[in-house]
Amino acid sequence: MSDAAHTAMWERLDLDIEAHDALLAVLGKFYGDIYLAQEGRLKGAEYLDFVLSEVHGLRIKELQDAKAAGKKIVGTFCVFVPEELTLAAGAVQVGLCAGAKAGTELAETLVPRNTCDLIKSFIGFKLARICPYTESCDLIVGETTCDGKKKAYEAFGEHVPMHVMEVPQCKAPCDRTLFRAELVRYKEALEQLTGQTITAEALAEATKVVNAKRRALQRLAALRAAEPAPISGRDALLVNQISFYDDPVRFTAKINELCDEIEARITKGQGVAPAKTPRLLLAGCPMAVPNWKLPYLIESSGAVIVGEESCIGARNTRDCTDETPGNLDAMLDALCDRYMKIDCACFTPNTERLDNIAAMARDLKADGVIHYGLLFCQPYAHEAMKVGKAMDAAGIPYLSIETDYGMEDAGQLKTRVEAFVETLA
Amino acid sequence: MTEYAGLDIGSRSIKLVVRRGGAVASSRRLPTTFDPLGQLEKLFAHGVPERLAVTGYGRELARERYPQARALTEIKAHALGAGSLFPQAATLLDIGGQDTKAVALLPGGKVGRFEMNDRCAAGTGKFLEYTATVFGLSVADFGRLALTGNDAPLISSMCTVFAETEATTLMARGVSPANIALGLHRAVVARTMAMLGRVGLTAPLVFVGGVARNPCIVRLLADALGQEPLLPAEPDLTGALGAALWLETTAA
Ligand code: SF4
Ligand code: SF4
Repeated sequence: MSDAAHTAMWERLDLDIEAHDALLAVLGKFYGDIYLAQEGRLKGAEYLDFVLSEVHGLRIKELQDAKAAGKKIVGTFCVFVPEELTLAAGAVQVGLCAGAKAGTELAETLVPRNTCDLIKSFIGFKLARICPYTESCDLIVGETTCDGKKKAYEAFGEHVPMHVMEVPQCKAPCDRTLFRAELVRYKEALEQLTGQTITAEALAEATKVVNAKRRALQRLAALRAAEPAPISGRDALLVNQISFYDDPVRFTAKINELCDEIEARITKGQGVAPAKTPRLLLAGCPMAVPNWKLPYLIESSGAVIVGEESCIGARNTRDCTDETPGNLDAMLDALCDRYMKIDCACFTPNTERLDNIAAMARDLKADGVIHYGLLFCQPYAHEAMKVGKAMDAAGIPYLSIETDYGMEDAGQLKTRVEAFVETLA
Repeated sequence: MTEYAGLDIGSRSIKLVVRRGGAVASSRRLPTTFDPLGQLEKLFAHGVPERLAVTGYGRELARERYPQARALTEIKAHALGAGSLFPQAATLLDIGGQDTKAVALLPGGKVGRFEMNDRCAAGTGKFLEYTATVFGLSVADFGRLALTGNDAPLISSMCTVFAETEATTLMARGVSPANIALGLHRAVVARTMAMLGRVGLTAPLVFVGGVARNPCIVRLLADALGQEPLLPAEPDLTGALGAALWLETTAA
């Protein structure tokens, strides 16, 4: 697409062109420093580079074309929104990024200052009119997970068309009943939006598509157990980030190709970091595009990241939905089962997360775990302590970091991460 | 004889320790200023050491200028330095210009669990420096003044800016400067003790960094610990010393 065509499209979406240009410039610079400067990258990373270079270009054009053909676009912020249903209704689902500091001052007119940067970011993006995804959405789905998001959606809902799903806080039978009912309510909202009834056939088809995407991501995750690490943590994170907004069928094909290349690499004993490089598992809050600060600091401190225990990572891909049920009711039950397994810190208790982290560290042969908490995120701040105790008990070295999207603490963080890596070497 | 130079570039001062034949041959200090590279040029006016290890927050900067140098974090450097001076030490406390660090020491000066203050200057050398200027005193005189206090008010704010407000309010209420100064020092030690607790404070504790020269902090810390902390003769040099030692042992 030409620059002029891009700009014309952004104008039609009523973006603030100047502010948007500034955002793209920062994103481009960041990407160059953090991604393109990497050595020994996989050939398949060209797909990642291309998707990211066209993140506000071709993919938005595709969304506009889909809209012109009568499709609806649904935006989400949380892995609790069942993509199976969205696709079954013939709509397109995109995860809204919220990984950059933008429009913070505007956002602070709607939410308190001590709100996490992820929330401030999605509100800031909307109020500053710089996100073409947000502007393309016909519906944005929120969920009652943490208090920060729950309350923010009330204010956000005055600016965008919203549907808020209730996500329970516990996992007792009555909570499943509640979530099951919420799935039906979401299904109805989608049917109303698209004018299309969700049939068993459509849902079965959509489930296959979403599961195939998960399996490709699971395959990638498992390959990272190899030594030396065959892909950088940054690239793997990017794959997971892109999984939220690229076309699922194309994405799945491309990631399987990438995995083929990785397998070939592993057979040759090649990797992105020399053997004996300390291997780290990153656990905690989701890292949305372009929140690459901590992975970059870690991987420029002599370590390599081998897994992401996060919603942009294992929490989103660990479980597939059962494809065997033949009728709609049973399919909804299967969806309910699948989504109620998510080990989000918003649940109480959430002990399965501790087991999952220890299992990931073991399977991926991690030398240590770094917990990432976003400043002002209470659920994960609590769990950072619990994870610390669990790692102590498991004898796994552990570092807990709390930070935000700002760069002021980069020097200090680097010292902490480097000192941690020094203790592992 | 082979020389091993350890360079510690802190926020306030640059420290250099040179070891030769298994002992310290020389050491130097310079203020960091706003032009650390210019200061380094002065320091190395007669030649850059062939074997050089850099630590401190300016380590990356130095490595860009002297690519032959090897870098390590100040956490590891202080641990090695302090561990060599006091092999029996089990916990390390470093209060420098802008950071406070608490480190559980493993045998051989190895780093166990560690904690660092977050981005704000609460409880660091900067906090004392800032509050000292409220009294128009140098940090050293401020520490001496605090030692003469006997009835310290409770200073609840550890934020540098709010602590100043609290101090001025107390002054207006007629509390003596010595007692306010003592209160501010107590606040630093209380915060430090909390951080030490998080790494599982085990005695004996070795106290390093520029603030270890402050007599009032040392006394209050001893009170809180119920034991005198171990103090190197030159507590600001342990980082540079550790860097030189690291080079020596890893080169061998
Ligand atoms: S951390 Fe919890 S609330 Fe946040 S995206 Fe993940 S599942 Fe949703
Ligand atoms: S990072 Fe934490 S506070 Fe922020 S939206 Fe997610 S769960 Fe909520």
